[in-house]
Amino acid sequence: MNNLAISNWSLIFAFALVLVAMGISFKEKLGLTKDIVISVLRAVIQLAIVGYVLRFILHVNNLILTLIATLIIIFNASWNANNRNPNKNRKLWNSIVAILVGTYLTLAVLILTKAIKPVPMQVIPITGMIAGNEMVAIGLCYKALDTSFHDLEQEVLERLALGSDIKLACVPILRRSIKTAMQPTIDSAKTVGLVNLPGMMSGLIFAGVNPVNAIKYQIMITFMLLAATSLGAVISCYLAYRNYFNNEDQLVLY
Amino acid sequence: MLLNLKNVYYQTNSKIILQDVNLKINQGDWITLIGPSGSGKSTILKLIANLISPSRGTIFYQDKDISSIAPAVYRRQVSYCFQQPTLFGKTVEDNLTFPFELRKQEVDSQKIRQMLSLVDLDASYLTKKKSELSGGEKQRVALIRNLLFKPKILLLDEVTAGLDEDSKHIVNKLISSYFKRNVTILEVTHDKSEISQAQHIVKLEKDGSLK
Repeated sequence: MNNLAISNWSLIFAFALVLVAMGISFKEKLGLTKDIVISVLRAVIQLAIVGYVLRFILHVNNLILTLIATLIIIFNASWNANNRNPNKNRKLWNSIVAILVGTYLTLAVLILTKAIKPVPMQVIPITGMIAGNEMVAIGLCYKALDTSFHDLEQEVLERLALGSDIKLACVPILRRSIKTAMQPTIDSAKTVGLVNLPGMMSGLIFAGVNPVNAIKYQIMITFMLLAATSLGAVISCYLAYRNYFNNEDQLVLY
Repeated sequence: MLLNLKNVYYQTNSKIILQDVNLKINQGDWITLIGPSGSGKSTILKLIANLISPSRGTIFYQDKDISSIAPAVYRRQVSYCFQQPTLFGKTVEDNLTFPFELRKQEVDSQKIRQMLSLVDLDASYLTKKKSELSGGEKQRVALIRNLLFKPKILLLDEVTAGLDEDSKHIVNKLISSYFKRNVTILEVTHDKSEISQAQHIVKLEKDGSLK
């Protein structure tokens, strides 16, 4: 494990890579320099805090603390997913329910099948992976919902005018949005190992685990993410499309 | 009284579209709504179809405030036909099976074929893609989509605008046949021949009030 220790000096030198990004932003007049500085500062501070908090939680190995840690991850993921929703009538609880159910159901299957152990060292990183992917999928789902409602407004109105309930009127929109949300996970499952060596697998190989064993974990992660993003996308989509209608089942677009 | 609009106002953010509209419609009426562009004719139809709600005032259907009636149930009785309808799904059949689907009823193919023949389209049209239809054919399919289950009120928003004479004749014949079957009709039109044959004309002023 000694070859995994990274010195502070190495990190400072690695900061040169950030200067490359800032240089490009400055030269190309992208106006991103301030954003890059803020993002780097946030990343360093957030990771430093998380590092110490995780060290404490892993050391204490307490079920309640682990549960609280997963809830914080889920809430943050939900908050960010909700912020990606362009609908003015968005509701944070939609994202919370979707990510909570998607994450805990997937975690439960993994623990019950003994794919992972119910210890913080395994549960917390896996929760982060699931919630993070769900956050991206749900964000895409919300954007696709909004675009589809604007593109297919006339079709929805016609279906409503014929006496359809709002769910049936939105079937094409729901299908399109869920598909959009799940596509990146499916695409990434298709190219895993060929184009990218994912974080989990790379981490294990870094730590000296036999690549054949590392692959087994990655296969589990692929299955897990497919299930979690499908659950997250379906739940969020079926909750969020209702926000485009008022109490009288009238379509309200801004 | 079948329908009663009482002191209805409608306004968007800054613009008043309709003001103090009062209109009573009895069972079996055929009312033709005319007025300059932008006077709010289509808005009245959309309000009656409960696709939008009045900013002020109330619309009563059979003496009940329409906001108190389940929207899907109400809209099956008060059917709104759009000026430029969109056909959905892939084929004509997808559109004509939808009214059965939303009522959770088994599709009656015989009835669909009968309706198609009423607008001079044969059964081969069922499998046609919507992109293969002309404007007139689309409007005819859309109209029978609204009429597969007989509504109480038919709201027609310039449904013959832009159609060739043949299609216009077919569409008007179908509408008349439903009027004879006791369907109340409220239509918006700019067509002079349709206006000249109208039973009751209601004129909207440019400021969105009724004359």
